[in-house]
This record gives sequence, C-alpha cells and structure tokens, in this order.
Amino acid sequence: MSSNGCKGIWVFAEQRGGELHGVSLELLGKANELAQGIGCAVTAVLLGHNITSHAKTLVNHGADIVLVADDPLLKHYRVLPYSYVIEYLIKEYQPEVLLMGATAMGVELAPRVAAKLKTGLSAHCIDLKLDREGKLLQVVPGWEGGVIATIACPAHRPQMATVMPGIMRALSPTEKTGQIIEVKVSLTDKNLGPEVLEVKTEKPAGRPLEQAEIVVAGGWGVGNEEGWKTIEQLADVLGGSVGATRPAVDEGWVEEGQMIGQSGKTVRPTLYIAVGISGVMHHVVGMDQSKEIISINTDANADIFEVSDVIVVEDFKKVVPKLIKEIEARQKVCK
Amino acid sequence: MKRIIVCVKPVPDPKHWHKVSMDPVTMTLKRAGIPSIINPLDKHALEAALSVRDIRGGEVVLLSMAPPFATSNLKEGLAMGADRAVLLSDPAFAGSDTLATSLILAAGCQWIGDFDLVFLGNFSIDGSTAQVCSQLAEFLHLPNVMHVIDMKWQENDKIIIIQKIEQGYVKLEATLPVVLSVRKELNKPRYVPFTGILAAESKEIKVLSNEDLGVDSSSIGLEGSPTKMAGLELRRFERAKERLAGSIEEIVAKLADKIYQCNIS
Ligand SMILES: Cc1cc2nc3c(=O)[nH]c(=O)nc-3n(C[C@H](O)[C@H](O)[C@H](O)COP(=O)(O)OP(=O)(O)OC[C@H]3O[C@@H](n4cnc5c(N)ncnc54)[C@H](O)[C@@H]3O)c2cc1C
Ligand SMILES: Nc1ncnc2c1ncn2[C@@H]1O[C@H](COP(=O)(O)O)[C@@H](O)[C@H]1O
Repeated sequence: MSSNGCKGIWVFAEQRGGELHGVSLELLGKANELAQGIGCAVTAVLLGHNITSHAKTLVNHGADIVLVADDPLLKHYRVLPYSYVIEYLIKEYQPEVLLMGATAMGVELAPRVAAKLKTGLSAHCIDLKLDREGKLLQVVPGWEGGVIATIACPAHRPQMATVMPGIMRALSPTEKTGQIIEVKVSLTDKNLGPEVLEVKTEKPAGRPLEQAEIVVAGGWGVGNEEGWKTIEQLADVLGGSVGATRPAVDEGWVEEGQMIGQSGKTVRPTLYIAVGISGVMHHVVGMDQSKEIISINTDANADIFEVSDVIVVEDFKKVVPKLIKEIEARQKVCK
Repeated sequence: MKRIIVCVKPVPDPKHWHKVSMDPVTMTLKRAGIPSIINPLDKHALEAALSVRDIRGGEVVLLSMAPPFATSNLKEGLAMGADRAVLLSDPAFAGSDTLATSLILAAGCQWIGDFDLVFLGNFSIDGSTAQVCSQLAEFLHLPNVMHVIDMKWQENDKIIIIQKIEQGYVKLEATLPVVLSVRKELNKPRYVPFTGILAAESKEIKVLSNEDLGVDSSSIGLEGSPTKMAGLELRRFERAKERLAGSIEEIVAKLADKIYQCNIS
C-alpha cells in the first residue's frame, strides 16, 4: 500500500487454454499510466491451472504484483468459480480499480463480479483517467458515439471498467522484478455452474485486425464483390489488414470479424484508409483514434471527411487501382 | 418445463436516432416522440423460448422494465407467441444503471416465480452494455451463459450449449434453472402470425410497481445506481482535412507520398 492509501489498480489477466489475451497486457500499460500519477501498485490477477509461468510475462509488462490462483477447478474459465475467486480476492485486498477486457470472457465475468460487490461497472471504455482523489473517470462513447460520456463510480469500490481489445497500448516488455503471490482458493463446496465439455479455438490467419499497422477499410460505396477485390489488393500491397462497415459485412463481401465500429472491432493503426464509407458514428468510434486517416468518397460532404487528415473526393474505382500500381512501382524501386 | 421468462427491452428505433437530442442541463438524452421497438436480439431470445416451449411445453412470460408505453412492444411479443407479459413500471425505476435494472428484473423474475429458464438478448442496441445477463443471474443466485449460439436438449433434462468466443466456441452442459443470453446466430425469429395479433388482444399484460416488488428503494433509480454521469460532451475531431486536388494521376501520386510519409511501407 502506498502512503496516500491507494490500495492498488488491478487488471484481470485473461487466459484461455493457457494463452494470455493481449488485452490484458494493454490494460497493464494503461494501469501503469494511471498508477504513475498517484504512486499506486499495479496488480495482475491470474486465474487458471498450470499458468504460473505467465506471471513473469505480466511482471515484464508492468505488473508490480501478480496474484495467482492456480486450481484444477479453474482450468477452464467458467463464470461462477472465476467470479467467486475474484470476489474473494477483492474483499481480501480491497483494490481501488479493477480493469478487464471487453472480450467474450470479460463481458460475462465483469458484470457478475460487479453485482457480487454491488459496485458500478462501465462497459467498453475508450479512455480512463484517475483524478487526484483517486476517482476513476471512465470515458465511454454514448449515443451512436456522437457524444462522449464520462462515468464515475464515486461511492463504491472497486471502480470497474471493461475496455475493448486494441484501444490501450501495452508497454514493451522489459526484464523486471515483481512480487508473485500464490493464493489458495477453496471451491469444492461451491456451485460451479455448467460444465465445460470442449473448448475449440482456431488460430486466426495472419495478424489480428486490432494489431495491424495499416487498415484499408471498405464500405457500402465499394459497390460489389469485384470492387471489394481492389480493397483487398490495396491492403495486400501495403501489408495491411482489411476492415469493413456493417453494410459490407451484410452484403457478404467480407467476414464479420473484420467489421469496425461500435458493434465490431476497435482499431488504431498508423494509417487508416476509408474507401466508400460515409462516416456514421457507429463506424467512426471504432477507427477515429487511428494516427493518420485517408478517406476516399464521391460525396464531398461525407461525414467521414470530418475525421480525416487527407481527403479525396473521387470515385474509388478511378483512384484505388492506380494507387495500387503506383505503390507497387515505388516498392520495386526501393528494392 | 414449468415456465420460461424472456427479458425484452424496448429501445428507440434506430431509424429515428438522428432525432435524439441531448439535454445539457440534466445530461440525459431526450427521446420524446421517438418510436420504440423490441431490442432486436430480444426477438431471438423470445424465439429461443418459443422453440423450447414447442418441444418441452411450459409457459413463456415476457418481462420488461420500462415506462408504460412499453405495453405496445410487449403486445408484439405476445403476438409472436408469448403467453403473457409482466411490465415493471414505476417512476422510482427511472435512471437505473445496469446494476439497479438487474436488481429490479430479478425481483420481477421472483414475482413471476417457478421458472426453469430465463432468456435475454446478449446486448441491447441503445445501452449496449451486455451486463444485464450476468447481473440478473447473480441476483437470482443462478448460473448464466452468454453468447449462446446453439442449444440441444439431452435426455436427462440437461442442455448442451454452444457459446461463441473469439475465434471459436465453448461447449457446455447446463442443468436447469439457468439464465442464458443469446446471439443472433442462434435462430431466426418467427414472423408474427396474423392470428397472433388477434390472440395478443386477450393475453394479459400485468403492470407492477415497486409497491408490488418491494425492491429496496435505496438501490434503484438514479440515486441508487453506483455509476454516475460525470460529464457529457459532443465528440470533437481535430484532423488536418487536407483535400487533394488535381488529375487522378496527381492525386494518386500525392496519396502515395502521404502513405510513405506515414513511414510504414
Ligand atoms: C446499433 C447499431 C450498431 C451499428 N454498429 C456498426 C458498426 O459497428 N460498424 C459499422 O460500420 N456500422 C455499424 N452500424 C451501421 C451504421 O449505422 C451505418 O449504417 C454504417 O456504418 C454505414 O456504412 P457505410 O459507410 O459503408 O455505408 P453508407 O452509409 O451507405 O455509405 C456509403 C458511402 O460510399 C460513398 N460512395 C458510393 N459510391 C462510391 C464510389 N464509387 N467511390 C467512393 N465512394 C463512394 C457514398 O458517398 C457514401 O458516403 C450500426 C448500426 C446500428 C443501428
Ligand atoms: N429494462 C429492461 N427490461 C427488460 N429486459 C432488459 C432491460 N434491460 C436489459 N434487458 C435485457 O438484457 C439484455 C442485455 O441488455 P444490456 O445489458 O442493456 O445490453 C437485453 O437484450 C434484454 O434481454
């Protein structure tokens, strides 16, 4: 505990099948930033079975303390035992803040933990700040993303928030020393809920969209599958990933996993190229933190231009194929 | 099967969202005059309940916490085939966050009583918090599973549930009672049969206030919600907005320059 009474910022270290989820490292990055202002320890909470080796990874990514609950009953994530253990640890250590990824696991687990502790939880935060009194300001996009709401949880602890993968930045790992504490949990007398019969995960081909340095995203304006091929080609020559709006997914031009926005993924690449996208807030909230945004749209008044650094008012069919050629030509010269 | 509860949330029709405005004083959104629809995923939840009833029998009860106008949304659910509806409506509920909402819905479930299954949508399109399923289950002291995309009955009354996760799925075996929230992949909601609209007219919509439920008034509404709005502002964007002009060739050359400037190629 630090002198000002801060009892710590906690990050739930999500793992499934022994694989740490990247969002946990991203949250550790943010937790470090929050802790800096007030001199507070950052703790990672790791649950599972035979997962202790991850504790070091968490330390190297910024955890001062790692609480490890290792138990055969925690091998597969299940909402009941996981929420029992986290509730127990929180009551024991009384942290100020608990952050979790807004993943399939996190969106199920975080609200259950919050309900057990009768504390507040805000979903899908895009930014987090700690004020001087240790109040966590949770920034969430509201109403179609057109407004930014700040939520606080003044009277209850811990202050809880979930954050989508891809929004926060992980620290680059460095060799550090941290305190690794193994905690004993007793689950045998508890109702553990549905039994896990099988967990099936396929490794995604290539780099996850959230981690791409370049995203070329297409919308309804791309028109058809043939048009979509040029989007893919542009992404390909740039070594980037393909993103999409809802209508492009609905048309079946692209997998749902590539959808960007409120109900899809959040990305913040170095370069985002938006092609035939109108810029409805539902989409914009998923991409407006990109470093550089280039937009191509036939409509000179398209809303996407409001969030763009570089604007091209043209039919993409005239621009993109030539751009692909130009880039290929330049790449040849460089080789 | 005894009883299946389906939580349905009325949400503003997204087609009319541009009409929503913000009250800068109360920091709330003004939705007056905007028609409400059943949260789209809740129709999938209702379909799940109806198809359980089709094979296992039992009664399907709709449960909603909303202002009185929600009776029209509940009627639509009754027309789709639910047996009756319970609307939790009280000015004291206004401003509830997900924790308070879940507490009220849990009291509603307990008031209905004797249920084996509770179905919800995985998230609502207005709040989109996806928090109610787990919190309701916690207050009911029942297990829950979110992201349900398939379910099959076993002979011993257990259910095999497929839960969607990133890049895959989890197969679970659950016993009743259990709280489930569903994704759209689970099913295709049935159309409202013509006879359904007529039948709905004679189905009961019971309206309950907190006098009937007796939820601790310090835990509900704006006051009883642990999360508080600390600020609301319009989103502002600061971007260069440099418009490229010239022939297509010139534009393409400038674009390529820009892309290389980003230092990535
Ligand atoms: C609850 C909810 C959640 C949602 N979540 C998401 C989400 O997560 N992500 C998402 O993307 N959407 C989401 N949507 C949908 C969203 O509201 C918009 O409908 C969608 O983002 C619009 O996609 P678009 O820009 O591709 O299509 P449109 O709005 O139809 O825009 C097409 C654009 O293409 C331009 N165009 C046409 N032809 C050409 C051409 N030849 N060359 C260049 N430009 C051209 C047009 O000028 C136009 O601006 C959601 C909706 C709801 C209700
Ligand atoms: N006020 C409400 N009344 C009834 N059901 C609700 C209410 N709020 C949320 N739900 C249910 O909880 C699900 C998830 O909502 P949310 O947590 O708001 O994203 C919805 O799909 C509904 O099934």
